[in-house]
Amino acid sequence: MAENFDLIIVGTGPGGYVAAIRASQLGLKTAVVERDALGGVCLNWGCIPTKALLRSAEVFHQMKNASAYGLKVEGVSFDLEAVVKRSRQIAGQLSGGVKHLMKKNKISVIEGEGRVAKGGAAPKVIVKGKNGKETSYQPKNVMLATGARARTIPAAGLEPDGKFIWTAKEAMVPDTMPGKLLVIGSGAIGIEFASFYNALGSDVTVVEMMDRVLPVEDEEISGMALKSFQKQGMKVLTGTSVESVKPGKDQISATIKGKDGKTTTETYDRIVLAIGIVGNVENLGLEDLGVKVDRTHVVVDGFGATNVKGLYAIGDLTGPPWLAHKASHEGVVCVEKIAGKNPHAFETWNIPGCTYCHPQVASVGLTEAKAKEAGHTVKVGKFPFIGNGKAIALGEPEGMIKTVFDAKTGELLGAHMIGAEVTELIQGYVVARQGELTEAELMETVFPHPTLSEMMHESVLEAYDRVMHI
Amino acid sequence: MAINITMPALSPTMEEGKLAKWLVKEGDDVASGDIIAEIETDKATMEVEAVDEGKIAKILVEAGAEGVKVNSVIAVLAEDGEDVSSVEVAEESSPKSEATDSKSEASPTPTPTEQPKEEAPKAVPSAGSGADRIKASPLARRIAAQKGVDLKSLKGSGPHGRIIKKDVEAAASAPKPAAAATASAGSPDGLILPQVLDDRIYDPESYELVPLDGMRKTVAKRLTTSFMQVPHFPLEVDIQLDKLLAARAGINAAAPEGVKVSVNDMLIKASALALMAESDCNSSYTDNGIAYHKSANISVAVAIDGGLITPVIRDAQTKGLREISEEMKDLATRARDRKLKPQEYTGGTFSISNLGMFGIKSFGSIINPPEGMIMSVGGGEKRAVVLDDGSLAARTVMSVTLTCDHRVIGGAEGAKWLQAFKRFVETPEAMLL
Repeated sequence: MAENFDLIIVGTGPGGYVAAIRASQLGLKTAVVERDALGGVCLNWGCIPTKALLRSAEVFHQMKNASAYGLKVEGVSFDLEAVVKRSRQIAGQLSGGVKHLMKKNKISVIEGEGRVAKGGAAPKVIVKGKNGKETSYQPKNVMLATGARARTIPAAGLEPDGKFIWTAKEAMVPDTMPGKLLVIGSGAIGIEFASFYNALGSDVTVVEMMDRVLPVEDEEISGMALKSFQKQGMKVLTGTSVESVKPGKDQISATIKGKDGKTTTETYDRIVLAIGIVGNVENLGLEDLGVKVDRTHVVVDGFGATNVKGLYAIGDLTGPPWLAHKASHEGVVCVEKIAGKNPHAFETWNIPGCTYCHPQVASVGLTEAKAKEAGHTVKVGKFPFIGNGKAIALGEPEGMIKTVFDAKTGELLGAHMIGAEVTELIQGYVVARQGELTEAELMETVFPHPTLSEMMHESVLEAYDRVMHI
Repeated sequence: MAINITMPALSPTMEEGKLAKWLVKEGDDVASGDIIAEIETDKATMEVEAVDEGKIAKILVEAGAEGVKVNSVIAVLAEDGEDVSSVEVAEESSPKSEATDSKSEASPTPTPTEQPKEEAPKAVPSAGSGADRIKASPLARRIAAQKGVDLKSLKGSGPHGRIIKKDVEAAASAPKPAAAATASAGSPDGLILPQVLDDRIYDPESYELVPLDGMRKTVAKRLTTSFMQVPHFPLEVDIQLDKLLAARAGINAAAPEGVKVSVNDMLIKASALALMAESDCNSSYTDNGIAYHKSANISVAVAIDGGLITPVIRDAQTKGLREISEEMKDLATRARDRKLKPQEYTGGTFSISNLGMFGIKSFGSIINPPEGMIMSVGGGEKRAVVLDDGSLAARTVMSVTLTCDHRVIGGAEGAKWLQAFKRFVETPEAMLL
């Protein structure tokens, strides 16, 4: 008989493994079940390896623009295989890091595919090992953190075909540099790959059903992003959808329906599918237990509890936003609740979003339009990168920081940024929002000079007509 | 077993008060009935008696502390033989033992109820120490100021009990008992807008900021609410005083030593009789209906240091001028010393405000809810009056302005009341009937 665990977590992405560490800190005897590499999609096939690729693209871009900095670089080129290798190495390194963290925190790692089944006070966890042998565990609590995968539409032929059609996972380890690339979907994932391949010289077309790119972002930021992408040579078709695809011998043709309802057919070397995600709810034994599932996502309460006693779910497997840091946060809250602590329920109002295209996009809270929709009278501050000394010194004069305040209470309703390093800046506003600072505290805060962060100050000042440098 | 001495409620509606003065210090022995402290509320200063005997082990709220919540622990009493130094521990470990009813009662003496442990520290502000610091986010503070939510009344749900936006919004949207609806506003006058001087416009060095005392807060709150919520209108009339003055001279000449009836006393009487004659006007608007009062309880505005108070002459329609005069003198004296009991300045049905002694010709007052009318009395002065035969004569005339709550009193009713009042003043003999 297997050991008695207080908690078994199925899945070791940023939701599962962080939850396991927290559980261990709280004295719970914890095990994690993983069918692939520790760290899940985030470390192995998502956030981290794409950042590695994008870094290569960025350095390449800078090398090509070296003369702008008074530098001479000749014969600039890249080795795709080496770029991918670096990305894989980094993923491997971090996965190894998670292994170390599990060991350090005395968390048992059970290799294999886990599923739940009827048990005692909590469901049992049955793990099918690589050798096909099944082991059953009866823990006191079970947390499902199996994440999600790219959405596909088999009926339209929009699914990985081993050659022309990629999801993020395939796009991360390209066998070849596509000459002509079609990216379907302009959310964070689609835009990041479009950005990467565009920087490395592909002829990239992005198709977006909504009327603008990065549709969840503030409209103005979206518009600036579009202009920048187009300037970099990307083709962007908004209000457009891919009706069907037809693989040929060396290329794949796509029928695209435009804004006007007319369809055109174009051929591409590769297609990247980035049309959302679906939760990994299959083969988990959820049906047998009667776990409530809504459109591939497990239904949970504010602390991750499912409708089945002793069974919890967190992260991408549950509701939006589908982000690593949201999964980690939920994992911690859920574990604290299991351990009898008194955590606050999941909250999504202050979860920042980052897109690592060039220029970067980052945001938190309500967009200007959403704030108005919600009935706020707003004060909006904007500050352009061109007004910031550090941005100019960096050779990054493009971008803007926009802040949206409630005119009456001074609450920072949202912050929206586009430009160099904004993904590293956004946390300042996240902290301000979490601490419920108003414009007054933000205006009084001293921001260091010369930094990009000064723009965050200026944006706030601008909202209250006190801006200095424009 | 240590006994907690808690902030007493001096009236059923009292929520907080100022601990004006301690008359004992730590280590003092007290017997039941000893006066141990003075509490200043909305309008009065009251003495707090000890209920039990023992030794004052610890004073938790310093003298001068404002906004002390009713039922919060203000001191701890050690019982006979108990080690005073150990009392603090007893106090801290006691809350679980008995959860007693924490409802306030209109008792001027402290009730030794015990407080739930978590609330005790928050409910015991002590001036100048860290204990009164309210943990609240800047946003929560601002919204509280705007929505008139008293942060002291909230329990924070943020880290370490910090009050956050959510808590304030929940409190602001929570239904309030009707009676407390206007009274619980955080900004003393209950206004939505924060009322602070902008430092950028008024240099804080350029003025002296005197904290609001209980009376100032109450006056601000009640009058702002009244002025904003009560649809009011004025009616003005001139009244000849000569006969009343002559009658007063006669009465005072005939009165025993020490009794001196004032014009105001006679106006109180005349008002009470007019209220009986036009009984529709002796009324209050309520959500449940119009309350027609059976007695004429006349509130008389008395200006005192730091504010205004309206002691009430109850059943004035039944009282003689001498009784009214003596009662008024006593109430006014005690009002100036802030020694009125709550029941002596509440429960009026009609108010009189008289600024005649300052030479004011006429003015309008703000209704004193829930009363339906307030009369503003200007100074009596010699004026040229056109008599019935068309000739001019010098007469002593005063202008009075009646402000009415239009929800209960129409223009015609108000006018009829003024006619009745005028008749009593101009024909003082009618008051004897």
